[in-house]
Amino acid sequence: MNSVGEACTDMKREYDQCFNRWFAEKFLKGDGSGDPCTDLFKRYQQCVQKAIKEKEIPIEGLDFMGHGKEKPENSS
Amino acid sequence: MVKYFLGHSVLRSSWDQVFAAFWQRYPNPYRKAWPGGSKWKLHKAVNKEQASESPLHSDICSKHVLTEDIVHREVTPDQKLLSRRLLTKTNRMPRWAERLFPANVAHSVYILEDSIVDPQNQTMTTFTWNINHARLMVVEERCVYCVNSDNSGWTEICREAWVSSSLFGVSRAVQEFGLARFKSNVTKTMKGFEYILAKLQGEAPSKTLVETAKEAKEKAKETALAATEKAKDLANKAATKQQQQQQQFV
Repeated sequence: MNSVGEACTDMKREYDQCFNRWFAEKFLKGDGSGDPCTDLFKRYQQCVQKAIKEKEIPIEGLDFMGHGKEKPENSS
Repeated sequence: MVKYFLGHSVLRSSWDQVFAAFWQRYPNPYRKAWPGGSKWKLHKAVNKEQASESPLHSDICSKHVLTEDIVHREVTPDQKLLSRRLLTKTNRMPRWAERLFPANVAHSVYILEDSIVDPQNQTMTTFTWNINHARLMVVEERCVYCVNSDNSGWTEICREAWVSSSLFGVSRAVQEFGLARFKSNVTKTMKGFEYILAKLQGEAPSKTLVETAKEAKEKAKETALAATEKAKDLANKAATKQQQQQQQFV
């Protein structure tokens, strides 16, 4: 899968590989400490955040999980 | 006015397999970008998740995911994984919508997916929504993944979605304006009638009547102005409402 920043795709794939291994073998089994992917993640983030700014993708200032919104259940 | 969707799916895999697969969903035959962007051969759904009815995971072959990026990730002190994923998808609209909204055709859709993975409780919650094309339509989806109550080796997904459009507010403004203008025209019509009837019945239009006609014209002008202001206000409120909902600060 490609990154939104063309130059970041390789870094993304490297990070994803590391994350998927840690996620399945450590995190899901209760061992959330010692994330071995932090350096890869930092490099990847530097690249992708730059690409997001360049493309003016509006991801800033948005509440995590859309908190603070009332969710109406009914509609007609 | 919001359209609401409630759905329920089951995956015949254990919760840990599902949570791991969640990060490896793209690309898949139903949603990777096909070079040339041509039509797909339909596959039989091998996985119920891929054939789900969520508005964000629509009919097979109708949307392509172009890019996928993690833009935030952290492990909380209570061992939950918080992530934010940015996706870009092609914006496939029916032809009538392309004609009505030509400005939206050229732009991909940007979608954010926030998630909380809680391995201790064996649950995952996601919230997904589009962050552009928001004036046209916003789709928000909230999923809760948990162990299936009948079979602990299976995973169930409870899915809610809300589809809204600020265009609904615009149509209300148009209606309000139309009604107000119609009412002011009725006033003018009736005064006109009174004036001409008086004249035809040999009465010189009394000073009062002539003045009344003038007053009616002035009143009609004021009503129309007030109606335009109200309609403008309604339209502005509707247009900014969606933006405000998307741009809340912590």
